[in-house]
Amino acid sequence: MTLGLRADGVSHRYGAVTALEGVSLDIPAGETTVIVGPSGCGKSTLLGILGGLLRPSAGEVTVEGSAPEACLNRLTYVFQDFALLPWRTVAGNVALVLEPHGLSRAAREARIAEVLAMTGLSEFADAWPRQLSGGMRQRVGIARALAVRPAVLLMDEPLSALDAQTRELLLDEVWATVVWVTHNLAEAVRLGERIVVMSRRPGRIRAVLRRGEAAASEAGLWAMIRDEAADAARELAHG
Amino acid sequence: MRRGNWRMAEPVPFRARGFVARERGWAAAVTLLAVLAVWQIGAELRWFSVAFLSTPAAIARALWHLVISGELGRDLGASLGRLLGGWLGGTLAGLVAGLAIGLFSTLRNPGMAVVSALFPIPKIALVPLFIIWFGIGEGSKLVTVGFGVFFPMAISTIAAVDAVPRNLIRMGQSFGLSQAAVVWRIVLPGALPALLSAMRITAATAIILLVAAEMIGAENGIGAFVLRAGNLYDIDALMAGIAVLSLIGLAAARLIGLAERALLKWR
Repeated sequence: MTLGLRADGVSHRYGAVTALEGVSLDIPAGETTVIVGPSGCGKSTLLGILGGLLRPSAGEVTVEGSAPEACLNRLTYVFQDFALLPWRTVAGNVALVLEPHGLSRAAREARIAEVLAMTGLSEFADAWPRQLSGGMRQRVGIARALAVRPAVLLMDEPLSALDAQTRELLLDEVWATVVWVTHNLAEAVRLGERIVVMSRRPGRIRAVLRRGEAAASEAGLWAMIRDEAADAARELAHG
Repeated sequence: MRRGNWRMAEPVPFRARGFVARERGWAAAVTLLAVLAVWQIGAELRWFSVAFLSTPAAIARALWHLVISGELGRDLGASLGRLLGGWLGGTLAGLVAGLAIGLFSTLRNPGMAVVSALFPIPKIALVPLFIIWFGIGEGSKLVTVGFGVFFPMAISTIAAVDAVPRNLIRMGQSFGLSQAAVVWRIVLPGALPALLSAMRITAATAIILLVAAEMIGAENGIGAFVLRAGNLYDIDALMAGIAVLSLIGLAAARLIGLAERALLKWR
């Protein structure tokens, strides 16, 4: 029992620049969907729209299904730049997202301890963000997202600083619908059940591949992205 | 890799020197003491006339007489009351107005128009007007200080709210924090360093305006005392009054420094 998302004809413009155009996409409940594509193709914009943090210029996003009872925040976003509060400790940053939910102090502390253990940060509960490395800050961002038991986890390049083992351990623990944006094609092939390949700007869906399909390989994805880059270069050369 | 001639090797020089703020409290004390010593020695050697510039020792003696006669207590008490009342009132009002203008877009343009139009007016020029409006008593002094402090505090608060990274606010919203929780847990703590810096500036502004107000229309207070001493050509007492003002400024800066140390441990 969890949530799925549906984007229907979603477009987004930043002033004169069209970042996304007519994107329609189903994110099935309980699956891990990875979004890949050339730089600047609108992957993060699409993720922001799916998470309700950006208002699309056209189209709409709907959410289907029901969230599990333990879920405190249905659509939970893991920010690319971590978005940690520098004036709160590691535990304080995780506590922030539990504070509005009326959990008892003991329940809150237990949940903080649980997610810090999952992300290997137990020893750093009292550290300030400035005392952590980039990878550790990223893990705090992930711990904070896991603390609210999300129904849908939207992650913008969240795992780049984690080692491969921690990454897979973490994904084993997450039972939510996961959507994540990455540049890492090997990671996309290994961990994504569905891989969404986007075209260059304005971003459109070029292909949606299922794990095991012939094109859903690192070489296949690379070929598609390379074709997009070549098309862009050709368009540029011919005005 | 080609094997090099290690006898020709030289150490990599360390280049990341400086640009690190380090606290050296003793250096501040030594500097002040050195300035006082040079001043005193200059007077002893007759580099300048003590008829126009008292020596630190003479100022200290005058200060001591003012303390034991109770005159300093009366004037200092009156000044501190006005300073605290005016500064607290103006700072709080500026903080509330700045937050409202910074947080609510409907208030931003009207609020900024009013603040920008009134901020450049020299507040000392308004003292006679405040005396007419609020009388020669405490009211006009409190309003002068409060009004003068209000504008820099409001402008600094607006800037501090604007400077809170928007991604932190979006993060709070994405986790379902209410508007009030976003303000209380993200905007205010994020703005706090800039607000404390603004308080340092408004404390100094408050002292300037207090002295001006007391010189124009007061019978007591350090400003009135300094003016009286000047009229009597009592340079020692006059400079003792100025020294007291300097000490008030130092104490205010120290208190705000302690608040910064306690509240901004995370920096």
